[in-house]
Amino acid sequence: MLTGVPAIIFYILAAVMIGSAVMVVSVKNIFHSALFLVLCFFSVAGIYILLEAEFLAAVQVLIYVGAITILMIFAIMLTHRLYSAKIKQSNEQVIPGLIIVGALLVATLFALGSTTWKLSFETPEAQSVVGIGRLLLTSYVLPFEVVSVVLLTALIGAVIIASPPKAERE
Amino acid sequence: MVGLSHYLTLSAILFCVGIFGVLTRRNAIGILMSIELMFNAVNINFVAFSKFVTPTGFVGQIFAIFVITIAAAEATVGLAIVLLIYRNCKGINVDQINIMKW
Repeated sequence: MLTGVPAIIFYILAAVMIGSAVMVVSVKNIFHSALFLVLCFFSVAGIYILLEAEFLAAVQVLIYVGAITILMIFAIMLTHRLYSAKIKQSNEQVIPGLIIVGALLVATLFALGSTTWKLSFETPEAQSVVGIGRLLLTSYVLPFEVVSVVLLTALIGAVIIASPPKAERE
Repeated sequence: MVGLSHYLTLSAILFCVGIFGVLTRRNAIGILMSIELMFNAVNINFVAFSKFVTPTGFVGQIFAIFVITIAAAEATVGLAIVLLIYRNCKGINVDQINIMKW
């Protein structure tokens, strides 16, 4: 067991994250599931702050909490006849799923325990925002531009896919 | 001090919860939410490695930013497809959407 304030914060965040994640996949009402998703994303942002990635924590709150979950909630609202509590929300694969997931978890934890990582204890020379900004506009400028094109394509694609067919519009 | 293995264990658990959601949810939006959980687990891994293995570079965090961006694109396109399926099939339970099955 660990002691100290960071460890206590870590355990609280981890408990909130795993608990809300389990609620996301198991709760009956899909709308409540989206709300638990917000809680889970917030605790992931807290974990980023513990990992000294402040910029990523801000991005997490802005994009995941602010954009993606709102998008999910919009989609749930637009398909609203489907989230009443009477409709069964999980299929018949719960027990096989549990077995598969348990086996995967055991295998992953075993692999984790038997690997030695090359840890490094240097301290970064700049703040994470400065470092990330510098890298994004020097070494990673090509992926940065490509990802913006991908976002634009996804935006246009989503509009075209979701817009009603021509006959309905008139 | 909270070490690398703690973060990796946490993200492994989160990833497994996400997989369980993908395997058992009937609602397509629920599946998309579980996929987002898995993306978050991967991002925690990236950031943890970035802090504990290469603390002077920020390559892991850059990767996490790209993952978040692609996740946003995936969510928009995925939800647009879900809305289209809802309009055409009157339902988004994935076990009813089998019109492409021979």
